[in-house]
Amino acid sequence: MEIRATYHKKLKGIQDDILAMGSMSSKAILNSIEALKYRNIEQAKQIIDNDVIINQKRFEIEEKCIELIATQQPMANDLRTIVAVLNIITELERIGDYALGISRIVIMIGDEPPLKPLIDVPRMAEKTVDMLRRSLEAFINHDAESAKQISAEDDLVDNLYDQVYRELLVFMMEDPKTITRATRLMWVAHNLERAADRVTNICERTVFVITGKMEEIGASKY
Amino acid sequence: MKINSLPPQPVKQPEAPVCETKLRTENINLFYGKFQALRGVNMEITPCSITAIIGPSGCGKSSLLRLFNRLNDLIPNARVEGKIELDGVNIYERTIDVVELRKRVGMVFQKPNPFPMSIYDNIVFGPKQHGNNNHAELDKIVEKVLRQAALWDEVKDKLQQSALNLSGGQQQRLCIARVLSVEPEVILMDEPCSALDPIATLKIEELMRSLAENYTIVIVTHNMQQAARVSDMAAFMMMAPDRAGELVEYDETSHIFTNPKDKRTEDYITGRFG
Repeated sequence: MEIRATYHKKLKGIQDDILAMGSMSSKAILNSIEALKYRNIEQAKQIIDNDVIINQKRFEIEEKCIELIATQQPMANDLRTIVAVLNIITELERIGDYALGISRIVIMIGDEPPLKPLIDVPRMAEKTVDMLRRSLEAFINHDAESAKQISAEDDLVDNLYDQVYRELLVFMMEDPKTITRATRLMWVAHNLERAADRVTNICERTVFVITGKMEEIGASKY
Repeated sequence: MKINSLPPQPVKQPEAPVCETKLRTENINLFYGKFQALRGVNMEITPCSITAIIGPSGCGKSSLLRLFNRLNDLIPNARVEGKIELDGVNIYERTIDVVELRKRVGMVFQKPNPFPMSIYDNIVFGPKQHGNNNHAELDKIVEKVLRQAALWDEVKDKLQQSALNLSGGQQQRLCIARVLSVEPEVILMDEPCSALDPIATLKIEELMRSLAENYTIVIVTHNMQQAARVSDMAAFMMMAPDRAGELVEYDETSHIFTNPKDKRTEDYITGRFG
């Protein structure tokens, strides 16, 4: 018989909130790349405006966590889960900020002609969002093995970043007039690389919830 | 467009009258002889909620709780000033039938106090006192309230056994079931878990949460963590320098335990005095 059903329902509610917030941050990243692809300034502005909703969601979840700690005396796994949630929402909020950063770059680029067709940058975004979605599933399902595996996949994003970096460097060396446009794309790629690093932090927190150990499981090379 | 093809219009339902306040105290002063135990207590308790009253020993928590069903009437020299309203009616009016009041406002005490009789007879005692002698109805009441008190599955096969054979936690749930048997509106609980082990305590707390869907509960507890876990609203009381109990702060439990407004509440809940 589950004795503290009311409290556990609230705890479960917070985990559902995490999924909702994760979905908001993922959407922001994908939309920002879409805005970049199609030079959609309006969409970029919309992402910037919507960032405040992600930030509010983070505060809302944080308040719920504080209330649970203050009133329900969470212990053991429950306590680690709440502490992990407090960390994860910071990561999700930052991922939202990276989408905002990309959107600002889209506005800066304006209607400049594209330097090259975008291939690896969207791939980075898709990979990052896929890792994010699965990392949150691993968190909810208490799946440490998946969390470790997802964290290791950060290397794929890093490799794509290397590729984009090298390619853009070649453009700049061949024609210095491309430096401004290439640098902006580099910033976009950098934002995505950082977003994927945040996902590895989420995975670390998942492992912490399950094992109780704080360990760095997939240090990024950047 | 033909009239007949219009989509059906939503019919506006008449709004049910909602009483925002179940219990209200207005400037309550309580005296035991010359000693003033409570001073100027004003609070409003919403229906279907749990209100916890916390504070150091001797601050008047139990005295206040007992005013809600006039248990202080039994204490010689006790004198009450001010008003306590139940659904807007002052319960200290001369016309109030105290037996009827205590049926509407039940009480669960610190120590489980089942009557020395069978589980079944404990439950039907109240309804019988109020004139119900229909066996089929009494059977229904027994099952209903034992289910509400989350005790049915544990006792359904031994209803005729003595209630005194139950464990402490079961006895307390039986006492809650006994209160429910006369269909009260408000349940007062005076330290209902202080004689119980931690698991039995958590079971009672969960039971309180489910009862709060239909009943208004007011609980006095020394256990601050319990007040935090279980209540929607919390009232912090303490003694003024002249020893009269006063209500320092009354707010949503989440506010009281995360961001109390009064420094004295903060000091009490953080263990800086008490």
